[in-house]
Amino acid sequence: MDDLDEIIAEFLVESHENLDQLDSDLVALEQEPASRELLSSIFRTIHTIKGTTGFLGFGHLEALTHAGESLLSRLRDGELGLTPEITDALLTTVDAVRALLAAIEATGQEGEPDHAALIERLTRLQQGGSALGEVIVEHGAATPEDVTLAVTAQDVGDTRPIGEILVGQGATTPAEVSLALEVQEERRSVADGSIRVDVERLDALMRLIGELVLTRNQSVAHAVAAKDATLLHASARLNLITSELQEVVLKMRMQPIDHVWNKLPRVVRDLGATCGKTVRLEMEGRDTELDKTILEAVKDPLTHLVRNAVDHGIEPPEQRRASGKDEQGLLLLRAFHEGGQVNIEVQDDGAGMDPRRIAAKALERGLVGDEQLARMSDREITNLIFLPGFSTAAAVTNVSGRGVGMDVVKSNLEKIGGAIDVSSAPGAGTTFHVRIPLTLAIVPALTVLCAGDRYAIPTVNLAQLVRVEGGSDGGGIERISGTPVYRLRGRLLPLVYLDRELGVAAPDRGDRAAELVVVLQAEDRRFGLVVDDILDTQEIVVKPLSAQLEDVPVYAGATILGDGSAALILDVLALAQRARVLSAGREPAHGAAGHAGDGHGRARVPLLVASVGQDRQVAIPLEEVTRLEELPAASIERVGDRELVQYRGEILPLVRLGGSPDDGPVAVVVYAAHGRNVGLVVDAIVDIVEGAGGRGTAVVQDRITELLDVERVVTEAGAWA
Amino acid sequence: MSLTTFHLDQYLFGVEVATVQEVVRHQPMTRVPLAPPALSGLINLRGQIIPAVDLRRRLGFPDRPAGELPMVVVVRVGDGMVGLLVDRIGDVVEVSEDAFEEPPDTLTGVARELIRGAYKLRGALLLSLDVQGTVELRPAAV
Repeated sequence: MDDLDEIIAEFLVESHENLDQLDSDLVALEQEPASRELLSSIFRTIHTIKGTTGFLGFGHLEALTHAGESLLSRLRDGELGLTPEITDALLTTVDAVRALLAAIEATGQEGEPDHAALIERLTRLQQGGSALGEVIVEHGAATPEDVTLAVTAQDVGDTRPIGEILVGQGATTPAEVSLALEVQEERRSVADGSIRVDVERLDALMRLIGELVLTRNQSVAHAVAAKDATLLHASARLNLITSELQEVVLKMRMQPIDHVWNKLPRVVRDLGATCGKTVRLEMEGRDTELDKTILEAVKDPLTHLVRNAVDHGIEPPEQRRASGKDEQGLLLLRAFHEGGQVNIEVQDDGAGMDPRRIAAKALERGLVGDEQLARMSDREITNLIFLPGFSTAAAVTNVSGRGVGMDVVKSNLEKIGGAIDVSSAPGAGTTFHVRIPLTLAIVPALTVLCAGDRYAIPTVNLAQLVRVEGGSDGGGIERISGTPVYRLRGRLLPLVYLDRELGVAAPDRGDRAAELVVVLQAEDRRFGLVVDDILDTQEIVVKPLSAQLEDVPVYAGATILGDGSAALILDVLALAQRARVLSAGREPAHGAAGHAGDGHGRARVPLLVASVGQDRQVAIPLEEVTRLEELPAASIERVGDRELVQYRGEILPLVRLGGSPDDGPVAVVVYAAHGRNVGLVVDAIVDIVEGAGGRGTAVVQDRITELLDVERVVTEAGAWA
Repeated sequence: MSLTTFHLDQYLFGVEVATVQEVVRHQPMTRVPLAPPALSGLINLRGQIIPAVDLRRRLGFPDRPAGELPMVVVVRVGDGMVGLLVDRIGDVVEVSEDAFEEPPDTLTGVARELIRGAYKLRGALLLSLDVQGTVELRPAAV
């Protein structure tokens, strides 16, 4: 038994230490009732004592600590809030535990103490706001004073249940007590009434509902045809129930954003410590719900934004002090529903971003041109940080600067149909604004008709619907260098004919007297999609396309329409890229329109794209190009350090932008200016695209392309001489 | 081995019974612009959208005479389903490996690549179709 005595002795020493800690923790908890750390610490202490007592066979101690532990676990999980009553009960428990330990120390036995009342009190508190006494009071079957009296009786040793005491006091009737017990049971089961379900099962359920919708449609159609009132009535109900069922299943897939957010306090704390910053993290709208799939998808982008804010956004304490701010930085996360979307904001009160520095960097990296910059607002410039190849950190740190740029954050969000933008005030902080759809499974969509087929367009991309009267000759639709455009509120809207783009236009399809235009927003650009008819908007269930269609980029999926036929969902972004209304330039749709001297600068012009040297691509406005030629290398003559070629009876000076030195034929772009021609030698002609003119750079077919200042290049080469 | 058989042009084809999910009547299809030419469209099969491949086009046979409606043999491929458009459905036929031969010389082009071989039946040749290869479509020429 010596060994056991030793263990008990050790247990007693340890427990006394723990109990001292417990006292101070409990008091501290009163000051800071929401502190999970304190609650966890208290919980652990009680849990340790309970575990050891069970092992050593101290039944009373175990029962008591078990009751305390249960109450604490509910506090820790946030299911209960701390009340003075609970603190009292917990402190009483600590005292009782201490008394038991003293008895064990003195006699080696627990003795025969009676803690039933205390355990009952702990159990009652654990049931939160639904304690039997409270329920009875709620029902008006007893007064609060009666209940307090009964509870006090329990505390001083009355072992009867509270209901019995109340009846004994004549405060209420047995019938009321049993009613209250039922209510209490019901409330308790709400708390325990959740189960885990495999997402796949929900998906299967969702598919079945899809089938149900079709069956419903068929039966409704049949009922209408049969003019059977009873059947019609039943179908109407079926209709309603199916819609409700769909909604319920969708809700089952929803989870609060807190599932992602609850990891962030730790991230912020640890990262702050690493960077030598203290950051207070505040969250608003933790219970904002979104689809589980989307929740998974926003986890990484959000974490990245938060890390960025702590690492780069919020300044070191000295700097904050110097600029008169609180040394502790503030990071605010806010989530809310708006317009069928979830909005998430990540806001810091740090140094903010300086548009001038961003502009300088974008220019240095060749992401934008001077002219483009001159036309941009500060907000637009700030949003340049989302361009591929732009890294915000002046010094790449080991925290955020791991090669994952803001462009990745943006593209990850776009994959799930989301969008992000940033606004920043130098000195005052930065706010990232993320908008994402509630769910991917069901989206509101506009159905349109094109060449006899129906297509669905997610309304997220929809800006407005326009009917353009007058067609091509009535001043409605104009052509600028072959590109159809429409002047929408003074701005040129490039038009894309859906039937032509999909290659299904009827051969005799000419311009109509009136065209229906769906104005769409793709990234930060707008374009008009010309369709045959606009049908309606409805909620559609998005279904993935089979592998055979993976290579066709313009569809985002397929759906089943009300009549049971399949319809394709258009991927607006991909369609815009295919139609080349997005490929060149990145002038945002908002802002810039009002800038001076801008009358024709924003018109889209055809650009000739050529490759010159490795990985370099240049674009030249097609207007300025006279001809494209392929000349044998042997025909090139050298005069001094200049190259010339005899061309159509004149001497054509050549400027080498590229072109390999071997003997094969060279591609030459003949460029006309000042009444003279000059030949630009390139590696290859890549394409002709529609794009914004001007100078600088643009993204053409996913590649950075230099909008060539031919005048300057030619002048510098001395070819005019 | 049991094969589900079907007629296509002048030939009799067979696919393993185990790969066949079901056979359904021709039904309205949603055409898919820009898709590979052999992809006739999308079918709604009880709430699931499956692509339909016209076997005549896929194998380089002449198009079905106007007015004749194809049948749809729904096969399981990978984790999805694909509908194969055929002229007429035949019986389920039990074949033995002894009767297996290389593809006949009369078959040329794509058809030859997608046919594993032939089973000699009484009075007919049953061509065994490579289902996996058949449903892999090359993108349309852009």
